[in-house]
Amino acid sequence: MQHTPFDLQLLNACAAILLLLSFAMLAQRRIVALVNLLALQGAMLFIATMLLAWRTGQNHLYVSAALTLGLKVIALPWLLHVLIKRLNVQWDSEPLLNVPGTMLIGLVTVVFSFGLAQPIAELASTATRNSLGIAVAVILLAFITMITRRKAMSQVVGFLSMENGLFFGAMSATYGMPMIVEFGVALDVLVAMLVLGVFFFQIREQFDSLDLHNLESLKEDQ
Amino acid sequence: MVGAVGLLRPHSVALVRRVLFPLGALIGVALAIVAALSLTEPVEQATLHIGLPDLPMHVRLDNLSRVFLALLGSASAGVSLFAAGYFRKGEGTAPGVLGLQYHLFLASMGFVLVADDAYAFMVAWETMALTSYFLVTAQHGIPEIRSAGFLYLLMAHVGAIAILLSFGILQGGTWLFSFDAMRASTLSTPWATAAFLLALFGFGAKAGLLPLHVWLPEAHPAAPSPVSALMSGVMLKTAIYGVLRVTFDLIGDPLWWWGLIPLGLGLATAIFGVVFAAVQTDMKRLLAYSSVENIGVLFTGIGLAIVFHGVGMTELAALALIAVLYHSLNHAFMKSLLFLGTGAVLHATGERNLGRLGGLIHRMPWAAWLTLVGVLAIAGLPPLNGFVSEWLLLQTFLFSHEVPQPFVNMLLPLGAAIVALAAALAGYVMVKFFGIVFLGQPRESSLAAAHDVGGFEKAGLVWLAIGCVLLGLLPRQVIHSLAAATEQLTGAAPNLAGQSWWLLAPLTERDVSYAPLVLLAVIVAVVVATFLIVRVVYRRPVRLAAPWDCGCGRLDPRMQDTAEGFGQPIRHIFVSFFAMERDLPSPHDLAPRYRVKVSDRLWQGAYLPIADLLQRAANSVAWLQQGRISVYLTYSFITLVVLLAVML
Repeated sequence: MQHTPFDLQLLNACAAILLLLSFAMLAQRRIVALVNLLALQGAMLFIATMLLAWRTGQNHLYVSAALTLGLKVIALPWLLHVLIKRLNVQWDSEPLLNVPGTMLIGLVTVVFSFGLAQPIAELASTATRNSLGIAVAVILLAFITMITRRKAMSQVVGFLSMENGLFFGAMSATYGMPMIVEFGVALDVLVAMLVLGVFFFQIREQFDSLDLHNLESLKEDQ
Repeated sequence: MVGAVGLLRPHSVALVRRVLFPLGALIGVALAIVAALSLTEPVEQATLHIGLPDLPMHVRLDNLSRVFLALLGSASAGVSLFAAGYFRKGEGTAPGVLGLQYHLFLASMGFVLVADDAYAFMVAWETMALTSYFLVTAQHGIPEIRSAGFLYLLMAHVGAIAILLSFGILQGGTWLFSFDAMRASTLSTPWATAAFLLALFGFGAKAGLLPLHVWLPEAHPAAPSPVSALMSGVMLKTAIYGVLRVTFDLIGDPLWWWGLIPLGLGLATAIFGVVFAAVQTDMKRLLAYSSVENIGVLFTGIGLAIVFHGVGMTELAALALIAVLYHSLNHAFMKSLLFLGTGAVLHATGERNLGRLGGLIHRMPWAAWLTLVGVLAIAGLPPLNGFVSEWLLLQTFLFSHEVPQPFVNMLLPLGAAIVALAAALAGYVMVKFFGIVFLGQPRESSLAAAHDVGGFEKAGLVWLAIGCVLLGLLPRQVIHSLAAATEQLTGAAPNLAGQSWWLLAPLTERDVSYAPLVLLAVIVAVVVATFLIVRVVYRRPVRLAAPWDCGCGRLDPRMQDTAEGFGQPIRHIFVSFFAMERDLPSPHDLAPRYRVKVSDRLWQGAYLPIADLLQRAANSVAWLQQGRISVYLTYSFITLVVLLAVML
């Protein structure tokens, strides 16, 4: 068996924790905890990026890492916490699918992702190519999180977690996107967050609740 | 040439139309003259590098295009002149915008005629459909007009899809969509048949062939009169052009039995159109159904030409095609003239309902007399133009017994009887149209305020009326020009050499001939002689007395024959054509009201079931729209997973 260097092992551990956190988010029903998990995911991403930067000596990855730290670990969770306090939504209502069922679907998704990533990973020349499957899994799991939640707030958390997965995917496949793209994405996420914050207030004003169930009445009747 | 028309950029100032529409008319005349003069010249081709990169548009000017361009230019010149005086402020779309749409419509029709690849053709064809849609819905404030416009747009697009599919077959696996490639490719019989049928369906929808005619009687009354005139007079002819182009040029050698399909449909359309025209009470609907009839006659001619061409009788095929081209030209002039006449009446009185018109010949002599020319022409009376083309078609029919196919050669001559019946009924319809609108006494007191047409309108009507007369009096010269196109399509042309210039004998002088000038001279001579005999020989003073009123005591306009009354015999004889709803008042009713609603059986029989089916299919798709974000997200998720699994 080939010996894996220590830093790479550390990197793989980070990836595993990232996946674990995704599953935790899938099961978590308290919104405050969900945001904390998101922050933790961001932190893992930060550590992974730092490790990769140190290992490959690519300087722009340091900038990426700083961006991740600033935006995903500090700014966005803080913003979300403020919103939660102002909107007074600590709890999500019952998810659409029970937790064990969601977990089973998540497991199938992970298997699917690894099967999917294998042919791509063989093409990639990066040291981190094995974590590509994890990145795809994180994206799809975040998607499932969005599907099974009813509150608008949890949907946003799912959306941000999806972005984390994308970031991790880009990093493990090609050592990160070009700097300009990364800046653009970061700005997009920030702006999306702000816009969604405005939407939250609008939705609550309209329906007295953040439950997306209410939006069904917007559907055009036949 | 054509681009110049499209380059007109009207501003939204009402006065500009006084300059722009006459300018458009001038360009039309120039176009007609250039096209007509270049008829015998060789084919010209060009490639325009416009539109998408690496997809240049090919244009080609051959004799078939030239004939139809001459038609477009000359007929639209009259309509444009009329339109210069017609469009006014405050009626739906602003005149400036209307002017832009109008000229774009003209330019796109011109481009359809010169397009030489499927891409350019479809772009021009769709532009034509869209601009005419906006013109039809110029008065979009009225719900009926909007729904008429929708029906028109729907039919236009269904037709366009069929045309597109037809081109898709015609490229024959080469994936080259220029018409040259289509000419070169050879198709197996089933594929060629499919291409022909699709083209017939597509262009038939535009022309108003029988099951697809429903948009015509809705769209024409909805559109402003110059637009109806253009649509009926010119746009329908682009569909005829399309059928001829695909059948004789792109497919090349049509099988003889294909011709039976347009022949049968054309005959049915002709009878159907004229019978429905006879029972209409709205003058523009009446003219729209009359257009349906004429389209039927044209398709009959096309069918005959295909049959003759398919069995190798190219001389007769050329003659049938000449009848088609000639009738297209005639119909462009006379139907435009009539639609413009109704436009003049509509502006003067605000009425389209025949039951509220009457006696307008005193108020609007110019409009009335010029319309009379169109009425006589479309009724097929010599020496005007409608007679010549219908006569040619009938002559062609009389030779159809020589087709070497059993049964077909027995049944085809019967078609001549149907064409003759349609022509006779067309005369009946036109008597109704002219008699009720212009003759008799005004049925409403408001008609006394009607005013005659203005200068531009008069000029437009006169131009078209002169066209009708000249096309009737000089058939030999016209046929000589049209022969250039038939020679291109069928390789044969009627042999007119060695015949006297005033005589028209399409086959041999021994068989049949027609001399319009002589006929005109005889008519004039008889009229003058009668006049002289009455005035000079008979010489009694004219006694004036009140007309006999059957002892009733007074005569009022309500005693005149009405539009319903005039059409009643037709409604009775052809009762199986109609779906009728009738309320007959009881004899004891003191305020009796008679109501009859005549509608098309095809609506209930074909269109409503299809619409119903589509509605149900659409509803069954609608459950996808659940209104729940999680469901929509699931859709995205499934799509993503499936795509990932398939692509990798």
